[in-house]
Amino acid sequence: MNLFLAVLTPFIGAALVAWASRRGRAHAAWSAGAVALLALALLLPAMVASFAGATTIQRLSWIPAAGLDLVFRLDGLGLLFSLLILGIGLLVILYAHYYLSAQDSLGRLYAYLLLFMGSMLGIVLSENLIQLLIFWELTSLSSFLLIAYWRRREAARRGARMALAITGAGGLAMLAGFLLLGEMTGSYELSVVLASGDTVRAHPLYGTTLALVLLGAFTKSAQFPFHFWLPHAMAAPTPVSAYLHSATMVKAGVFMLARLFPVLSGTPEWTWWVGGVGLVTLLVGAVIALFKHDLKGLLAYSTISHLGLITALFGIGTPLAAVAGVFHIINHAIFKAGLFMAAGIIDHECGTRDMRRINGLWKFMPYTATLAMVAAAAMAGVPLANGFLSKEMFFAEAVTAGGQMRFGWLLPVAVTVAGMFAVAYSLRFIHDVFFNGDPIDLPKTPHEPPRWMKVPVEILVVLCLLVGIFPAQTVEPILAVAAGAVLQGPLPAHDLAIWHGVSPALWMSVIALCGGGLLYFLRKPLFALHSRLEGRLDARAIYEQLLEGALAFARRVVSLVDTGSLQRQALLLVLAVLVLGAVGMLGGQGENAVPLTGTRPQLPLDGLSLMTGLALILVTLAATVLHRSRLTALILISAVGLVVALVFVKFSAPDLALTQLSVEVVTIILLLLALYFLPPESPAESSNSRRWRDGTVAALAGGGAALLVWAMLTRPADSLADWFLANSVPGGGGTNVVNVILVDFRGFDTFGEITVLAIAALGIFALLENLRLRGPTHDSHGGDWDVDVHPLILATFARLLLPLALLVSAFIFLRGHNLPGGGFIAGLVTAIALIMQYLANGVAWTHARLPARTHPWIAAGLSAALLTGLASLLFGRPFLTSAFGHVEVPLIGPIELASVIAFDLGVYLVVVGATLLILINLGLAHQANRFDHERKET
Amino acid sequence: MEALLALVIGVLTGCGVYLVLRARSFPVVLGLTLLSYAVNLFLFASGRLVIGQPPVIGAATSYTDPLPQALVLTAIVIGFAMTAFVIMLSLRARAELGNDHVDGRSDT
Repeated sequence: MNLFLAVLTPFIGAALVAWASRRGRAHAAWSAGAVALLALALLLPAMVASFAGATTIQRLSWIPAAGLDLVFRLDGLGLLFSLLILGIGLLVILYAHYYLSAQDSLGRLYAYLLLFMGSMLGIVLSENLIQLLIFWELTSLSSFLLIAYWRRREAARRGARMALAITGAGGLAMLAGFLLLGEMTGSYELSVVLASGDTVRAHPLYGTTLALVLLGAFTKSAQFPFHFWLPHAMAAPTPVSAYLHSATMVKAGVFMLARLFPVLSGTPEWTWWVGGVGLVTLLVGAVIALFKHDLKGLLAYSTISHLGLITALFGIGTPLAAVAGVFHIINHAIFKAGLFMAAGIIDHECGTRDMRRINGLWKFMPYTATLAMVAAAAMAGVPLANGFLSKEMFFAEAVTAGGQMRFGWLLPVAVTVAGMFAVAYSLRFIHDVFFNGDPIDLPKTPHEPPRWMKVPVEILVVLCLLVGIFPAQTVEPILAVAAGAVLQGPLPAHDLAIWHGVSPALWMSVIALCGGGLLYFLRKPLFALHSRLEGRLDARAIYEQLLEGALAFARRVVSLVDTGSLQRQALLLVLAVLVLGAVGMLGGQGENAVPLTGTRPQLPLDGLSLMTGLALILVTLAATVLHRSRLTALILISAVGLVVALVFVKFSAPDLALTQLSVEVVTIILLLLALYFLPPESPAESSNSRRWRDGTVAALAGGGAALLVWAMLTRPADSLADWFLANSVPGGGGTNVVNVILVDFRGFDTFGEITVLAIAALGIFALLENLRLRGPTHDSHGGDWDVDVHPLILATFARLLLPLALLVSAFIFLRGHNLPGGGFIAGLVTAIALIMQYLANGVAWTHARLPARTHPWIAAGLSAALLTGLASLLFGRPFLTSAFGHVEVPLIGPIELASVIAFDLGVYLVVVGATLLILINLGLAHQANRFDHERKET
Repeated sequence: MEALLALVIGVLTGCGVYLVLRARSFPVVLGLTLLSYAVNLFLFASGRLVIGQPPVIGAATSYTDPLPQALVLTAIVIGFAMTAFVIMLSLRARAELGNDHVDGRSDT
């Protein structure tokens, strides 16, 4: 349970922090820190267990019917990543408090950061692959929000969109890969998948699966050729770059390589694809990094290069290489987060990140300079810093792996060249920024940052040195459990020491250090060469072209269907239905032919029904023919609605008849009110041919519907009716089965439906807000519209009728569980009774006597329904389980009292509130209109 | 009787479709109203036509199918909400655009 809670904590915390930030920046920072600490505390028991080699797996039943569970797992690899995510997260929270200026919303940054933290924890602690992928996509989304944090800057928005497009596409590929893995192994749970490596590797689809999973991992970890989104993501605030784009999120890709290492590795495909891509990324990143004049740009390409290094290590595929890969994940996270924070301090203090202008900062901030230099030394792989250890392991692995293939000597050479460039760009970071003359034209005069802004950097730099000097005492235990979890087997012998004697790796380190110094010395001619070649081959340009192409294609497809004409759209829709219907009706030719008429015995036709039916048809046709005279058509349609209610009466549906009747009244009043603001006539604008065309389409649609109804009605029915009829009294405690279904058996549906009603009412409220409608002042004969605004007799009778109507509505409500009635109908009756008051007495009179706003009624109704449902959870039953019993009431006798009456009350309140909200607000627009007229006249 | 109801639903559907294809918002709303009558009757009829057997336990010896009735009951109420929303949208559109053409065009 606590793993689940640990993942959930940052998500809940995000909302809390956003709320706390209203009370000040310090509140936001403290609460964000507390959230991260709480998550860490929740993970602590499982973390301690994982040091003893235990894998904690916790399962939470989610949708048992679909076989879906929430499963979380904490093993050595999860432990390592959780520590990185939460530990560096805490430092970043502290750092961001000082980094962001007072105008930027700290609460928003923390909320996004915590969302990201939760998603990332979800990735590293998921046991189920599909669940893992959901969190994977969540990191893409929260990363999008974080990169676009300064949303007014175009670069930030573009960078965010690019990152989302690339990593999102990779996520889709990975989903496909996971589905294949699930098919091969029969399970999505890692415990099963990790144990089925042989099955997967022997499967004919192994190559496809590998490619798909790698696409996901490579896009996330910014591997060549998907690397270009990472530098553009540097538009994010620096704390975000330090956290997401160096220490954690980009590590999610290599995390997947490590996680699935026992399943997918050990084949030539793995070695070539993973190793090859890693090596190319390592070289490309290192070379480009040297030529970046932007401080963060240099660090971004260096990150790409180091991610390539880790990928290459996993690609080599030996157990020892995997250990080195895990080691470098740790080291890189520590020194690169520190470097980014140092770069942020420099940016913060100088107001620019251009290394051609920032020079000689040693004089202004010697302390920060020292910290940054140690971290940069780790990046270069200088002895005594942690980067040196894992880089030497990498060199040694490259020599071993290179010895086993043709042209294998190329591997150590390439790796050494990359090492030279790493030394060169690290030197540039140190020398250009802190020495190399004086600063040129800086916007601000730099000085040391606030005390606490340096603390996170200090901690990271101290860690760099501790790991670099005493590796066996500091990092070895955690490296051992993490690497053990990656390999899912015994650890190879490895020796974390600074001095291994004179080995090829040592010589490679020496060459890299000297060569890097030489490269930096020669940088001027190299920069000149680079500026001439720049822009020749740009992955970003290819991306932009692809994006443009996709958008243009989408626009063409849309323009085929959507011409901006609703009539055309509606026509296409009806035609599509007609085609589908025709295929369905005519499809079964030959031996598949099905007769149109079924075998069910038909009811005899009586004279009254025939008359009513024909009247309905005639009135409908008349309304259609006369539709241009709108008032006539509306009155005719109200007659149609009333006859439909009669149909319900005839065929044993008293509840429906009552509902139809009351809804009809409300609808017609509403349409009449609306018609007041619309032209009384529709102009004749359709050409004859168009009318014929629409008439034909309409006739075909009507004919199709009639045939369908005929085919259905003449066939025997097979439904769940018997179950509902049998269980209504014993299970729901009511004899009106329709009402029992609504409030009990299908109460969840009803809950959804009243929610829709509430949303529609609120939507209408929003639509009508500040709406000024002009109605006519005179009717079509030139007479005044409102001669007698509130006729005395109508007003008097409406007032007299109100209590009676309310009594009727209460009666209908109470009897609803056993006889036709219930919350829906009672609500409509009440609404009509109240609307009558508005119509008869005027809005002002009624408003003075009724609450002006019915929003609270809707809220109360929804809450009543929800609380009734939740109450059953308290008794350990599923949502909305009902309880009922008999209560003896004096004088009245026994009453069946079911808990669903509270639910039905909720339905009642929502219906009354929504109906009144809709009609009163239209009435109010009317009122405002009249005041306008009066003001004009006086 | 079945044929009559089929005819009624057919006419309601046809007239509804014709009105929905008109160019002004008010006839379109009327057409949607007719279509919702047709759809509600259709759903209701999926329980087949039964006379004099309302689904109230104890009121008769056998009962009609209550499920379509429960579905249609909420559909009627939601249909009202939808009609209300569309008519308000057309009022707003007229106020913003100055005409009640469904595409907001005043020239045709």
